[in-house]
Amino acid sequence: MVFWLRRRDGLPGLSISIAFTLVWIGLIVALPLTALVLRPWQDGGAVMLRALHDTRMYAALRVSFGCAALAALIDVPLGLLLAWALVRARLPGRRAIDALIDLPFALPTAVTGITLATLYGPTGWIGALLARAGIRVAYTPAGIVAALMFVGLPFIVRAVEPVLRGLPPELEEAGLLLGASPLQNFRRVILPPLLPPLVAGFSLAFARCIGEYGSVIFIAGNQPFHSEIAPLLIVVRLQEYDYGGATAIALILLLSALVCMTGVAALRRRVSRGLVARGAA
Amino acid sequence: MGGPSRRGNAVLVAATYLTVLAVLVLPVLLVMVEALRTGIMAAWRSLLDPDALSAIRLTLVVTLVATLVNTAGGIMAAWLVTKYRFRGRGALVALIELPISVSPVIAGLVWLLLFGRQGWWGDWLDRHNIQIAFATPGILLATLFVTFPYVARTLMPFMEQQGREAEEAAFLLGAGFWRTLWRVTLPDARWALLSGILLTTARGIGEFGAVSVVSGHIPGLTETMPLHIETLYNGYQTVAAFTMAALLALIAMATVLLRSFLEHDFRKASS
Repeated sequence: MVFWLRRRDGLPGLSISIAFTLVWIGLIVALPLTALVLRPWQDGGAVMLRALHDTRMYAALRVSFGCAALAALIDVPLGLLLAWALVRARLPGRRAIDALIDLPFALPTAVTGITLATLYGPTGWIGALLARAGIRVAYTPAGIVAALMFVGLPFIVRAVEPVLRGLPPELEEAGLLLGASPLQNFRRVILPPLLPPLVAGFSLAFARCIGEYGSVIFIAGNQPFHSEIAPLLIVVRLQEYDYGGATAIALILLLSALVCMTGVAALRRRVSRGLVARGAA
Repeated sequence: MGGPSRRGNAVLVAATYLTVLAVLVLPVLLVMVEALRTGIMAAWRSLLDPDALSAIRLTLVVTLVATLVNTAGGIMAAWLVTKYRFRGRGALVALIELPISVSPVIAGLVWLLLFGRQGWWGDWLDRHNIQIAFATPGILLATLFVTFPYVARTLMPFMEQQGREAEEAAFLLGAGFWRTLWRVTLPDARWALLSGILLTTARGIGEFGAVSVVSGHIPGLTETMPLHIETLYNGYQTVAAFTMAALLALIAMATVLLRSFLEHDFRKASS
């Protein structure tokens, strides 16, 4: 096939870029992931079976998936607000805010971790305020959600922003002029075209949050069955020199994340198809 | 263009400032305040501690090598994927982007499965006295995995848009592959390339989870800057921990600002 391509395609460099790319992907991504897939079965499946009966693992998966979903969900309206302001508002300091939104993506997770743990801690700037209201965030699952919210926010904004930029503002004004209430206008005119990018942003944030480690462990409290995330349980198993157990959890985490993402992708397709159908009707 | 009413705009701007302040600005402010709590000299001295200096050195070396490898690989992969059409192209792109959705902890674990004591090649390495896991090579491999996709990912949409007419013309005029890549494709894509390199560097410097799994956590030897922050923080050396964190936060902010300027430039250039 390669030769066929070469004859028809005038451009040189095909074989060298194929060789280079395959070696690069092979050594850095494919080889280690192969080890991940094969290792749990190496000692005859018993390790995998044991992992599948581990209630602590299910609790950790529930914490990871639950907190990630909640955080990404809270990020949806926040991200929509920021994207809307960036595109539509007369916003002084727009360039600075635009740059700041990517900060959670560039800030090292350990920095995020110790900072949020201090900020939401019992004597922290936000934590002290909440403590007076009787709310504890740090060292509870709420702390995990707070950290994941920070990490997931840019994904929503960056997914919605380009779509919003492509929508004419006249559309919204027409809705209002035709007598829709602001709420009706939002539900019937503004929201529908933004739904697909919102779902896309949600799924990206969700995916990132499921595997998140550094920004969470400082604020989480890390109690088994309560505030222990799945990536941390992998580290715990490694520290017990239980490579098989750690790999089994890793594989289950990766597979359930992939299943979740496939589900969200299907949902996304349904949302966009529903829109097309409604638009055609 | 009408835009929102004056009152609506004021409410929107206020809500935006409040969100940005509470969610994004407050954490950065806290890092700086905690770092300077006992004065700038104390913060400076904490950076000159031998373990801190060694962590900075290790981080820079590992990030430099990882960025070089993944920039070279990313350029070649982007060329392959955008200049030719072939079966399995989509799968290749998916494989390149896969590391983004892998938990950092797993990105570290996979290398232990190959090179750790209980790993596939652990015995062999042990017998030949080669240390990969819990040493610098392991840290480098973990960083390579985590920073893998970013150059390729930033280049691909740009080079796709570029098409291949310029390259074909260069080839007809007698330029070979390397010359075409170096003189035609990359100069045109330089902003996208730079943006991708910046992102790779930032992720490399800041990687925590993956590196944490394959590092032996030996201060002064196998600790990178983020790992050293953890050690300091857990040892209640708050000022030193936040000083190192402030350094990383400044690097992150510089990265984000530079990238925003670059994107602004190539959005303007392409429109």
